[in-house]
Amino acid sequence: MTLSAISFSPETAARQFLPVSDPDDSMPILSVRDLTRLYGPEKGCQNVSFDLYPGEVLGIVGESGSGKSTLLAALSGRFAPSGGTVRYCQTSGEWLDIYATSEARRRQLFRTEWGFVEQNPRDGLRMGVSAGANIGERLMAQGARHYGDLRAAGLQWLSHVEIDPARLDDFPRAFSGGMQQRLQIARNLVSSPRLLFMDEPTGGLDVSVQARLLDLLRGLTREFSLSVILVTHDLAVARLLADRLMVMRRSRVVESGLADQILDDPQHPYTQLLVSSILQT
Amino acid sequence: MPSVLHVSNLGKTFTLHQQNGVTLPVLSEINFQLEAGECLILRGRSGAGKSTLLRALYGNYLPTDGSIRVRHAGAWLEMVGAPPRSILAARRSTLGYVSQFLRVIPRVSALDVVTEPALARGVDPEKARRRARSLLDNLNIPERLWRLSPSTFSGGERQRVNIARGFMVDWPIFLLDEPTASLDAANRGIVLELIAHAKKRGAAMIGIFHDEAACEAVADRYLEMGAQPAYQKTGETKYACGTNFQ
Ligand SMILES: Nc1ncnc2c1ncn2[C@@H]1O[C@H](COP(=O)(O)OP(=O)(O)OP(=O)(O)O)[C@@H](O)[C@H]1O
Ligand SMILES: Nc1ncnc2c1ncn2[C@@H]1O[C@H](COP(=O)(O)OP(=O)(O)OP(=O)(O)O)[C@@H](O)[C@H]1O
Ligand SMILES: [Mg+2]
Ligand SMILES: [Mg+2]
Repeated sequence: MTLSAISFSPETAARQFLPVSDPDDSMPILSVRDLTRLYGPEKGCQNVSFDLYPGEVLGIVGESGSGKSTLLAALSGRFAPSGGTVRYCQTSGEWLDIYATSEARRRQLFRTEWGFVEQNPRDGLRMGVSAGANIGERLMAQGARHYGDLRAAGLQWLSHVEIDPARLDDFPRAFSGGMQQRLQIARNLVSSPRLLFMDEPTGGLDVSVQARLLDLLRGLTREFSLSVILVTHDLAVARLLADRLMVMRRSRVVESGLADQILDDPQHPYTQLLVSSILQT
Repeated sequence: MPSVLHVSNLGKTFTLHQQNGVTLPVLSEINFQLEAGECLILRGRSGAGKSTLLRALYGNYLPTDGSIRVRHAGAWLEMVGAPPRSILAARRSTLGYVSQFLRVIPRVSALDVVTEPALARGVDPEKARRRARSLLDNLNIPERLWRLSPSTFSGGERQRVNIARGFMVDWPIFLLDEPTASLDAANRGIVLELIAHAKKRGAAMIGIFHDEAACEAVADRYLEMGAQPAYQKTGETKYACGTNFQ
């Protein structure tokens, strides 16, 4: 064994023969600047800026009332912010300012290229129609009319989200909470959206059902290389699903970065408190 | 051999805001470079910052100073300050990290845990699964366990699944944090063979091994950590920082 001494000049060595890569070679799918919507001092969200890239899963974490849902609603075009912009890069490569475009175009996006998974599946499902009709709705909005095709898509998506295809004609209220949540996901993903918003998707479920849903979501985001913005107060969920995190406190983003780095080496005093109070077992 | 990693003036100080803002200067003025096919062993007492250095190289800990350049996709990637997606890209194709502990994901089988890094890199699934099976087999994980989630496995079984996962892909750079700790002699021998094989193929390695025989078997160079404080940043900490080469 030889213990060779290391002679090293960092400046010259690091530059030898290779270019330094430029990470900003791809286009974001969503570009957000100074987004603000306040209900009162520090209630809501303010001055939020970030770019989301194709295939990225961004988690928004923070304590109750910190403004996560308000931010998600403003990001997803649900209600207009008091300041700032949300721009979406369309499939054509052209940018669309979400709040400067027409209501009709926004609604069309919601039904096709975007999806939104509500915390409570009752808010995201149509409870008065069958599981199959819930899944078929977006396809019909996109012009699909053929009964056989709609049924085939319904069957395929039920098995995708691990629901017995024999339940196609059942109503959502006959499903358990976990199944309803999976149906809501199928209903959103059937139109092959590029961008999915989720507000506490595992919130109301018990732990074993959560694990199953998380595993499913993990697989689906990778399989379809979906870009996702996910609100959760559960740091274990954030670790499992998110590539990046934004930590919110009193309406502001106090820290953001690579998910495991934020959780294992948090920098901001509030993030350190959050991580130590929740992850220490 | 081409150089694959350059670390210069790397520093890491933890600031514990929960504990009156105490600062722990753990790493400072770390300088080294690594070539393909080389194995660098980190040495130093417990708490010297060996694992901290590996985590910083993987982008899991945020350095306070300095630069980490990784040869990635035909270019140098500066890891310090890189956007998350660049770090994730480096982890997908360039940096492999094998720790002592497997992070168990509920409901994911041992076989899938092992296969995942290859699938993430776009390897053909059938080919990936073949390799995963042969690794699990080599590491003496009984076949009846392959379909189960490692959540119910013994400590040693979990660690071997973790090692199989770590060696699933031909990483250009391996970061090994005590991969042989608490393995029996037979399995430790297998891990050392995997390491020797990867080196021969040109992988660069940075490793922490507590057992001297393992060190002897794989080391090309040593980096002594926390031996002499290079300088003390604040008076209130007793943690030595600084690095000496041997
Ligand atoms: N429509 C509204 N009118 C008035 N105040 C509101 C409204 N919506 C939210 N707020 C207030 O804005 C703040 C942020 O609420 P938000 O729902 O965004 O929090 P959150 O981070 O999602 O919390 P949780 O984790 O509890 O869901 C809270 O103080 C809330 O009371
Ligand atoms: N996330 C963290 N936050 C705060 N301090 C940390 C963190 N991680 C490590 N440290 C501190 O950094 C110092 C070095 O720890 P590290 O785990 O790198 O040591 P090590 O050399 O690997 O020791 P061992 O041989 O015992 O594994 C320790 O004092 C530790 O408490
Ligand atoms: Mg909320
Ligand atoms: Mg250690």
